[in-house]
Amino acid sequence: MSEIGGTDNLLVLNAVGRPPQPSALSNALVFGWRAALKFRHVPEQLFDLVMTPIMFTLLFTFVFGGALAGSPAEYMQFFLPGILVQTVTFNAVYSGMGLSSDLGKGLFDRFRSLPIWPLAPFAGLMVGDVLRHLIAASIILTIGLILGYRPGAGLPGVLAAFALLIVIGFGVGWVFIVLGLLIRTPTTVMTFGFTFLFPLVFASNIMVDPATMPGWLRAFVDVNPISLMSTAMRGLMAESATLGEIGAAVIAPAVLTLVLAPTTLWLYMRR
Amino acid sequence: MNQFVPTNPVNARVENPAISARGLVKTFGAVRAVDGIDLDVPAGMIFAILGPNGAGKTTLMRMLATLARPDGGSATVMGHDLIEAPADVRSEIAMTGQFASLDEDLTGQENLVLLARLWGFRGRAAKARALELLAAFDLSDAAAKQVKDYSGGMRRRLDIAASLVVTPGVLFLDEPTTGLDPKARKEVWQMIRGLALSGVTILLTTQYLEEADQLAARIAVIDHGKKIAEGTSRELKAATGSGFLHVALEDPSRSDEAAHLLGERLGHVPQRNVEGGGLSVVAGSPQDANEAIAALMDAGIALSDFSMGSPSLDEVFFALTGEADRDATNDGGKA
Repeated sequence: MSEIGGTDNLLVLNAVGRPPQPSALSNALVFGWRAALKFRHVPEQLFDLVMTPIMFTLLFTFVFGGALAGSPAEYMQFFLPGILVQTVTFNAVYSGMGLSSDLGKGLFDRFRSLPIWPLAPFAGLMVGDVLRHLIAASIILTIGLILGYRPGAGLPGVLAAFALLIVIGFGVGWVFIVLGLLIRTPTTVMTFGFTFLFPLVFASNIMVDPATMPGWLRAFVDVNPISLMSTAMRGLMAESATLGEIGAAVIAPAVLTLVLAPTTLWLYMRR
Repeated sequence: MNQFVPTNPVNARVENPAISARGLVKTFGAVRAVDGIDLDVPAGMIFAILGPNGAGKTTLMRMLATLARPDGGSATVMGHDLIEAPADVRSEIAMTGQFASLDEDLTGQENLVLLARLWGFRGRAAKARALELLAAFDLSDAAAKQVKDYSGGMRRRLDIAASLVVTPGVLFLDEPTTGLDPKARKEVWQMIRGLALSGVTILLTTQYLEEADQLAARIAVIDHGKKIAEGTSRELKAATGSGFLHVALEDPSRSDEAAHLLGERLGHVPQRNVEGGGLSVVAGSPQDANEAIAALMDAGIALSDFSMGSPSLDEVFFALTGEADRDATNDGGKA
């Protein structure tokens, strides 16, 4: 050191040692806490999150409802469980955008240079996602109830449907975590995400019964995972779901998790 | 001038270096961003890696901080092998990147509590550690403010505080004062000096010669992925030449002519100062300098100022990176 000034205003810190290594779960919960703090500091993110589904619900119900199902209230009975599926899949896009912008800022470089469970930051993102899904879905359900939707299976059915919804959100979430890791511009993640999701969501049984669609399209709609999810959601909320329907609905989330969780770890840790 | 041989008196005595790297290489496609760098950083030292943008400083640091995998060579950090035991390395280091590695949406205190919890401090202990660091870095008043509302200097201080939740063996600082105003820069310098006194080994990258000169006990100069010199700032200056003659011309348009004359007289290629009209050249002795000035006057080139002095680190740097050589080639063509 060539020129140390006066030592009076030098900051000399006492060495602080490392506490015992925390568990992977503890690491993940800390990131979950971070996600929860974001709701307090950036409440406007909830706006993005709930406005689109509210708009969709109201527009579809009142513009198309009468023509499709006789009356808006009757259409709501068909449409509401499906719009919940659409809501969580669209929400996952915002989560991928958030990750993409976090990565651009160097924050994850700090996380990566810490001696923590490598997947913890993503587990934390998922905790945030689950909270977001629950908030958005509750708002949509409330609007539905006001507009005349009645879940035949009552509260237990709704709770079961919400549990399935979280499984769906968890599975689809990995797609956008991978996109967030691969694409460094958040708006590109969004464009890419919606380009992929719009056909998938519209060519499903969320909005209409596929009976009137051309054969080739029906063939796709019938195996579209989004359709399978909507069918199971409808069934759970109306107390008519079969185990087979529920099983079919969770195939895609399970496969996505099995394939994309290791992919995420690999993409994140590659150096 | 690139054949300057670094003298390494300190390294010979280092038995347990904080960082020891041999032949580190990192390639991006066809580009060898880091091209075989050896580095020995003794424990407790402030060590600067000096180089222009794109020289490979950040890549070198990212490799040492386990963020990038070397394509060749080996290194130990605090005795742990970089490639075999990256997790052990991570538990002994902290890195403050070039871009603030903070969560802008959270408050300063929340950022530190987050990191303290990740390190394993629980509930109250995490908060206590966060408050302690905020106080030490003069950020207590801003503890509850979101980081996005911090000034550049505050952000940098918080960023460095975030690296000290657990006292690291080695602290990596990537361009710690880039973008700061002079006052904030001085504050960060004071902080870095204090940390070194606390026993933390600090490896910092910088493109500011003054910063390396002010802070670092040793400096490695890097250009195009290679280490081209290493030593104390005094050694680097001495190696370039003891006496430097600086002249300022009254008529800058005659600088080509003056450069040619000076080069001829003194046997070294003069460097041009960026602000036009100024030339600096190695002069063996005051007598030689005197004769060179006389030669300029004989040729009718009027000087507005001249001085003898040791080279600034800027001049050392340009001499080492060969910028002056490139200029000289152009001059040669014209003369």
